[in-house]
Parts: sequence; C-alpha cells; structure tokens
Amino acid sequence: MIKFLFHRFDKTAAYFIAALAVLGVLIPILNLALPEASTFHIPTYLVSLWGKYLAYALLALALDLVWGYCGILSLGHGAFFALGGYAMGMYLMRQIGSRGVYADPILPDFMVFLNWKELPITWYFFDHFVYAIAMVILVPSLLALIFGWFAFRSRVTGVYLSIITQSLTYALLLAFFRNDMGFGGNNGLTDFKDILGFSIQAPTTRAILFSITALMLALGFIVARAMVASRFGQVLASIRDAESRTRFLGYRVENYKLMVFVVSAAMAGIAGALYVPQVGIINPSEFAPANSIEAVIWVAVGGRGTLIGAAIGAVLVNFAKTWLTGTFPDFWLYGLGALFIGVTLFLPKGIIGTLTARFNSGGKGDTA
Amino acid sequence: MTTDLTDSILYLDAVSVSFDGFKALNDLSFVVGRGELRAIIGPNGAGKTTMMDVVTGKTRPDKGAVVFDGSVDLTTQDESAIASLGIGRKFQKPTVFDYQTVEDNLLLAVEGPRTAFSSLFGWRSKVTAYQIYEALSIIRLGDLKYRLAGSLSHGQKQWLEIGMLLAQNPKLLLVDEPVAGMTDAETEETARLLTSIAGEHAVVVVEHDMSFVRALDCKVTCLHEGTVLAEGTIDSVSANDRVIDVYLGR
Repeated sequence: MIKFLFHRFDKTAAYFIAALAVLGVLIPILNLALPEASTFHIPTYLVSLWGKYLAYALLALALDLVWGYCGILSLGHGAFFALGGYAMGMYLMRQIGSRGVYADPILPDFMVFLNWKELPITWYFFDHFVYAIAMVILVPSLLALIFGWFAFRSRVTGVYLSIITQSLTYALLLAFFRNDMGFGGNNGLTDFKDILGFSIQAPTTRAILFSITALMLALGFIVARAMVASRFGQVLASIRDAESRTRFLGYRVENYKLMVFVVSAAMAGIAGALYVPQVGIINPSEFAPANSIEAVIWVAVGGRGTLIGAAIGAVLVNFAKTWLTGTFPDFWLYGLGALFIGVTLFLPKGIIGTLTARFNSGGKGDTA
Repeated sequence: MTTDLTDSILYLDAVSVSFDGFKALNDLSFVVGRGELRAIIGPNGAGKTTMMDVVTGKTRPDKGAVVFDGSVDLTTQDESAIASLGIGRKFQKPTVFDYQTVEDNLLLAVEGPRTAFSSLFGWRSKVTAYQIYEALSIIRLGDLKYRLAGSLSHGQKQWLEIGMLLAQNPKLLLVDEPVAGMTDAETEETARLLTSIAGEHAVVVVEHDMSFVRALDCKVTCLHEGTVLAEGTIDSVSANDRVIDVYLGR
C-alpha cells in the first residue's frame, strides 16, 4: 500500500509536499511565537487569508483531477465545495447553542426568526463533529454519484456536460436562496462561535486550521497523484484523448469517469469545509456559476493536468485578486479576464506546464 | 443456415439500419467462418462502416440478427461488453493514445481485467513483458517503444493500432481501411501481416485499395446500398458485371 502511494513520485512532487509541510509549520510559528512588534510576525488575518488560498488550492486540485486528466470540464465544482462548506457551517451553527441572539438552545437564530418550532430533519446530528465531517464527504460524493451516473451513462460529454454542471450549481444556488430550504436563505450561516470547543476567533485555532488545511492539501495531492500515476490514471488519459478507442478496448468508460468524479467531488467538499471556519461565513453565493468558472481559470493559469500547477494557480490568482480588489477595486474583473486571455495566448499549458515542457526539452531532446 | 451459424464466428442475418429514412443497411446477411480472412469492398455509402458499427455495438440494428461465435447475440450489448467478448476494431482514422508511449498504448490493450477498481490497485503490473515484446516485434515498432504515440507517422500509427488489436487477442478483428496513407512497401507488409494472423483470429478487412485486396488472397464480399452485391474469389467478384457497374468502373 505504501509502495502503491509513493512509487513513481518524482522530485517535484516531493518538493511540493515539503513546501506545504514547511508552510504548515512555519506560518503558525511566525504568527503565535513571535511578538507582534517583530518584523517577521504574521498577523492572524493573514494566516486565515492564506488558509483560504490553500482551501481554494484543494478545490483546484480536485478540478484538475477531472478536467486535466479525464477531460471532464466541470463548470459546477463550486457546488461540491459549497455543499462541504454548508455541512461544516451547520456543525458550527449548532455549536453556538444558547449564545445566539435569541438564545434558543437548539434552534439557530434564523430558524427562531422564521418562527420555526423544531429543528428540520436535515439538521439532526449536526451537533456531532464526526457526523458533520462524514456529511462533508458524503453529501458532495453522493450528488456527484447520482449526477455522474446519469450523465456518463447517457454519454453526455464536452460542452454539453459543462453546461449541465453549470445548471446544477445554478439550481442549487436558487434552492439555497430560499428560506424554506432551511439553510439560512440568502444570509447563509455565520456568527460562528467555536469549533470542537475552541474559540473560532482565537489565533491558536486559526493557526491550527491553517495547518490542517495545508495538511489536507498535501494529502489530497498525494491521493490525486497516486491515482493519476496508476494504471487507472493511464486509462483516464486514454479516455481524455480517445474516448471511443478506450471503449472499444473493453474499458467501461462511464465507471472510470464516475469514480474520478466522485473522488474529486469529495475533495472539493473537504476544501469547502476547511474554507468556512476560516472565512467565518457560508452563503448561497458560493454556488454562483462564476465561482466555478473562476476555479477553472486557476487551473488553466497554473497548468491543466499538472496537479501542482492547479494548486499554485489557485494561490497566485487569489493573491492577485486580494491585491487588486484592495488597490483597484473596479479593476479586478478586467484583470481576471486579461489574465485568462493572456494565459490562453501565451502560456496555453499554464505556468507549470510551460516550465515542465521547457525543462524536459532542455534535458532529453525526445520531445514529440 | 443452422450449420452456418454454429460454424461461424460472425453471422449477420437480414440486418437493417436506417438513419432518418436513409437505409444504411438493407437486409444485409453474410457469414464469416472461424479464423477466416475476409475482405469487404464497395463504393462509399455502401454500408461498410455501418456494418462494423453494428457488430461492435456502436449502432443498434432496427431488425435482424447479429450473432458472434455461434451463440452470442450482439444486438443487446454495448461496445465495452462486445470488446470483452473478443472483438477488436481498428478505426478508419488511426486512433491511438497520443500522449502515451507506444509501449503504454500496447499495455492498455493487452487482454486482462478492465475494471476501474482493479486498475487503481496495481493491476497489470504483472502483464508479461513478453506480450508487449511480441506485439512490438510483429508491428516492428520495438525501437520506438518509448516514443509518444502522437509523434508517430500516419503509417506507424496504423500499425500501432493493429498491434493494440493483436494485444487484445480477439477472436475477431475488424479492420477499417488499414492501408490508407501507407506507402506501397508498407501496404505489402500489412497484407502479409493480416494474412499471417488469420487462422488464429478471424479477420474482416474493409478496403478500397484493390491491389491490397488482391494481395490478401481471400474471399471477397462486395456491398452496395446496404446489401451484398457479390461474394466469392477476387477474380469472380471483379468480373461481376454489377460490381463493375457500381464500383470498379469499366
């Protein structure tokens, strides 16, 4: 099993994991151990901001797994991310207990406000952390399973598949906006107090959440890497490049697609669950199609089909977004558009893809 | 017909397919024996490719029977199930996995388990190097085994695809225009290759190149408007007046 996970790991992969390990340890230390006056001190808000970037990186990784390696361009991966986020948000809401504005020991504030008398079934057991974590993984996986079962069996591919994934996330957006869905309507879930008994505002909690996000990104990377380096990954690439050839060789294409789609959805769900406690809110806007499209841009910028590139693309683009929306608030969307056009024209393989190609052609000289 | 059925590897009886009213296959019946080499000729639109689509499960016939190996009804199965039964297909346009090496292309084709779960957990690390070596030497791409398939020439891709078919070890190979884009020398080699594998496998070849068909030296079936126009030796078929009228020309 260990051999299965680590064989074929190249140096770049090892560096990436090492970099995440260093980040995961160093940033919390610089935040917690150094006095605020120190030049090397990292303020807590930055720790959470970078935690958010890493959660996005995990979403990008999940998207690259299906898009880069199996050619499934999902324009609705934000839906799985948001569902994972909602599952975590529901746990955090139930932790508030009687500290809410209306001080109801069971019902979250918005339910009291809507005059509800009892907890909807969907909210049962969400006061248990383990149950909530199980839902973080199960709900997105199950949706991906049902959706994928129909879509892949009916052989919906290419742009048609992209469009229905987009409709999926849009439908969920509309549904979650409704108050009677029982998920807080357009306000979503917020005002979280604590997680597993630790105050969610405390710098220590923030630092630990950051470290866990880095750890989950590393784990997600290892799982994705192991999948694409195995024979399974070879078949995925075959499906991407010549689907009918793969089918005529006797492979059940729909099963391969379904499996990678479900794994990817679960990873996106985990990313969402890590995102919510660090940004402190989850609302229906996370389902917006634009979010899912932005995630596609991160992957394209970093390099489709490289995994590491997807993660790096997510961090870079979001870093740029934070900077631009702060400095030139009106300019961000133009910047994003220009970035996408620029990458498509000048770096069609993305940053990492271009670097790898250059490195390989310099080294071996057996390029196609 | 019953003896025909039990002795056959492929048995088509009164198969019809229509697309928007156009009858691509019209009561098509023919039988291929086990280990037989058969050439299919006919003008464009005669139904050659549609016939292959029907056999491999890509297209469902409107009516008629398609029976494999004397007993298996193919009309109810899909492509991957039919491939697993032992029918390999080479497309008209050579289709290989461009971003994988020649060796990996063959590895993916070698007969064996195909499920998603088995592929995740080390499946096929045990495929004998010999199976790959054998296929590589038959298609003479041994020196290029680490090359990406996408970088091969058109003719080499055709051969690689034939090699993948052989690696599948099917009972029946359907080969659609294997020598399109090949040099004369390559065409001769391909004819030699296909005649050498017939016997162990049944081979059905669709081709326009008449000198190639002659080199195959086998029974020829000429299709026209979705049905069999003539069948027999190359000499008898090419002497047939109707074949000359619709296909060969005077």
